[in-house]
Amino acid sequence: MTAIAPLPDPQFTPQVEVLAVGDVGSRRTSLFRRLLRNPMAVVAMVWLVLLALVSVFSSVIAPGDPSHGDPINTLLPPGGHFPLGTDAAGHNVLSQLIHGGLFSLAGALLTLVIAVAIGVTGGLLAGYFGGWFDAVSSWLAGIVMALPGIIVLLAARAALGPSMWLSMSVFGVLVSPAFFRLVYAAVTAVRNELYVDAARVSGLSDSRIIGRHILTVVRAPIIIQASMMLGIAIAIQAGLEFLGLGDLNLPTWGGLLRNGFAEIYDAPLLTLWPSLVIGLTCIALTLLGNAMRDELEQSGAAPKKRGAVSEIVREPVVTHAEEAGAKIGETLLEVTDLRVGYDQRDGTVKEVVSDVSFSVHRGEVHGIIGESGSGKTQSAFAIMRLLPEGGRIIGGTVLFEGADLASMSENEMTKLRGRKIAYIPQEPMSNLDPSFTVGSQLVEPLRLKLGLSTAEAKAKALDLLAKVGIPNPERTFKAYPHEVSGGMAQRVLIAGAISCEPDLLIADEPTTALDVTVQAEVLNLLRDLNHELDMGVILVTHNFGVVADLCDRVSVMRNGRIVETGPVRSIFASPEHEYTKSLFAAILDEAPARGALPEPSQGGAK
Amino acid sequence: MVTFIVRRIGAGIVMLVVISTIAFLMLYAGGGDIARHILGQQATQDQVIAKAHDLGLDQPVFSQYAQWLGNALHGNLGQSWFNGQDVTAAMASRFPVTFSIVMGATLLSALLAVVLGVWAASRRGVVDKVVQVVSLLGFAIPGFLVALALVLVLAINLKLFKPTGYTPLTDDPGAWLSSITLPVIALAIGGIASVTQQVRGSVIDALRQDYVRTLRSRGLSRSRVIFKHVLRNAGGPALAVLAVQFIGMFGGAVIIEQIFAIPGLGQVGVSATTQGDIPLVMGLVLVTAALVVVVNLLIDLLQGWLNPKVRLS
Repeated sequence: MTAIAPLPDPQFTPQVEVLAVGDVGSRRTSLFRRLLRNPMAVVAMVWLVLLALVSVFSSVIAPGDPSHGDPINTLLPPGGHFPLGTDAAGHNVLSQLIHGGLFSLAGALLTLVIAVAIGVTGGLLAGYFGGWFDAVSSWLAGIVMALPGIIVLLAARAALGPSMWLSMSVFGVLVSPAFFRLVYAAVTAVRNELYVDAARVSGLSDSRIIGRHILTVVRAPIIIQASMMLGIAIAIQAGLEFLGLGDLNLPTWGGLLRNGFAEIYDAPLLTLWPSLVIGLTCIALTLLGNAMRDELEQSGAAPKKRGAVSEIVREPVVTHAEEAGAKIGETLLEVTDLRVGYDQRDGTVKEVVSDVSFSVHRGEVHGIIGESGSGKTQSAFAIMRLLPEGGRIIGGTVLFEGADLASMSENEMTKLRGRKIAYIPQEPMSNLDPSFTVGSQLVEPLRLKLGLSTAEAKAKALDLLAKVGIPNPERTFKAYPHEVSGGMAQRVLIAGAISCEPDLLIADEPTTALDVTVQAEVLNLLRDLNHELDMGVILVTHNFGVVADLCDRVSVMRNGRIVETGPVRSIFASPEHEYTKSLFAAILDEAPARGALPEPSQGGAK
Repeated sequence: MVTFIVRRIGAGIVMLVVISTIAFLMLYAGGGDIARHILGQQATQDQVIAKAHDLGLDQPVFSQYAQWLGNALHGNLGQSWFNGQDVTAAMASRFPVTFSIVMGATLLSALLAVVLGVWAASRRGVVDKVVQVVSLLGFAIPGFLVALALVLVLAINLKLFKPTGYTPLTDDPGAWLSSITLPVIALAIGGIASVTQQVRGSVIDALRQDYVRTLRSRGLSRSRVIFKHVLRNAGGPALAVLAVQFIGMFGGAVIIEQIFAIPGLGQVGVSATTQGDIPLVMGLVLVTAALVVVVNLLIDLLQGWLNPKVRLS
């Protein structure tokens, strides 16, 4: 691809954001040390260093004069004085290859120097000062990037004549936008950072700020990009020489390839040697760039994960007794000793939910309450077997209508989801597929799960939209997700969840992302639907107001475990666990008007 | 939407004019030397002056450009300085050849990239590692080396394909397919590598989106969600990379055509460049620029179809 695409692929452009924080200076030394531990990078570096040394000392190392043609010894096989044989004009191929290295590397370096000089200067100026220079240079970068490099190089060769140095300089200009964009993006990201403001306020000159604060941020990405760019330049140069568009007087790898290709039937090895050298050099440069990016990305990502989860403390669960005479429906879901873990990079499993047990009965709302990170959402995902990547159930049973969901096959789970178990997410906008209309997202499961025809499914979807209180179902049906409000989107999601009349509904903080007035409406809607459809509901929340409003039973979660569970009235009346008590204290601070036991029938949300 | 298209077409025309102006000024600034170059060292000074006058090279370069532009707008790109060939006709006869191998390589890239990218992104683990290493190698190895290897192994040693030559589709579809197979593969390697990386990345991103879980919670199977919803959302960035690759392959075809002796635009370009046949080079630049403009417009329209938010703005 190097010879083919005009510019490095954006996918291979290193991520600048990773480096935007922290001390880059010390990281660079450790980057080199870490590269030494990466076998691929070591092999690549050894090859490149060898190549550079051989090229620089080519006149000493090469076994003979590369330009000396011996008309008697043409097309000799490898051996003796000619370790790689001779070409059609009797040149010593090894000598040519070694001398070619000098010119090929020098040409590639010329490209790099010009590209970096133009790209970095332009990117710094455009990004830091903005204004007309920004507009013009960005536009120019776009134009230069638009045309395929080789076509421009052909035109440049026609206009300027055959010079390898000129061609490589032009190529340097052509690829400079890669550096321009890299630096530009980094500078615009950093320019308004507080520490740059602080530097400005403290009286540092613009050039000092650029040098000290901005160049350090883009240094590593530039080195990575440079490594990739050298590979591309070597490939392009070889391509031009191969086409016969370079200096015919200079020994270059591409020229060798051209001579070899002319004899491909008689002496295929002549094509092989330069191909090998060019190919290995391009691969080495790309692998090295890639290894550097990998190391930088890892160092950027690793510290975030540390310390995110506290140790799970095992203590007995405080269980409140059932109220006498309470009406309890059939048991829908029986979760016993559920444990959820995430596979870690080092092979261990991090447990985020531990020994969670609770049950849900038909017609009842079971609240799971706790602060973020307490494992309540993880438990909900585990029941649906929709845990994020790397997560899985590592213990316990989830009995639903007699079958254990924890050990069920994926196919059986797919049949159950939507039809028997449904889910209402927390954040309405991100839970609708932005590329499809609201209507099509409602119709798809209806057709798949209930086998309705398109017309029936549409009629049912419109009914559902009306049922969840959407004023103009036809219009919402045709709308794309970004065209409806958050409250409407949440109603759409509720409509989707109940569309196949499930037995168990899992609602994950269904009101957290909504306005206070809309929260109350959505809670009322959920209560009505619960009564009407006689479902069991698991309501995940961090809000005791919502629990008081809607739930029959509640389990309090902390650090991946349930600490207290029982009927809502009982827990509100006499919380026993310290953590539950502290949660109540927190509400009282926030809203002193609310008593310990509000009337559940009233719709007054917090 | 209409104003969006009109604006994009306008921007494309501006780009064409800018590129053609820069290229013309660069290529035609040579002046009198060009006539000398065409006629050779034996020609007298009078002959050189007469030739320069014939070609209009004695006029100021801007008035030459105005004349060229006027003709170009009527579809006349001038004649070759060396064999009198009509440039427009030369471009028109060579374009389909190059286009067929570039298009073939693009389709192959898109197809394989979706398969490999989705496979790597949804399986992760070993499959993902292998796909990543292989695509990194495909990205690193220059396409013309792949072409040389294919010629050497599949054509010369195993004799599975003819090493060189091109059969037009209208002559013999089977022979056409056989004649473009190796060039298409050689051209596609880099494209496959880059687009696979992009598809893999965007599918992984899309799989982490909340709506994927919600769609799965409605009972849609994982594969249905991936192929209908995830791919649609991952399509935009992948399409942008594919467009860059398409343009890049158009340039890469210059070398590939030389290796397989395919009579496409690249071959004209290389021989015209070596000779200094400026009108043909100018024609090639213009055709390429026009292709870039058209491809970018098509991609914009496709993006609008994929992403309803783009469609509205």
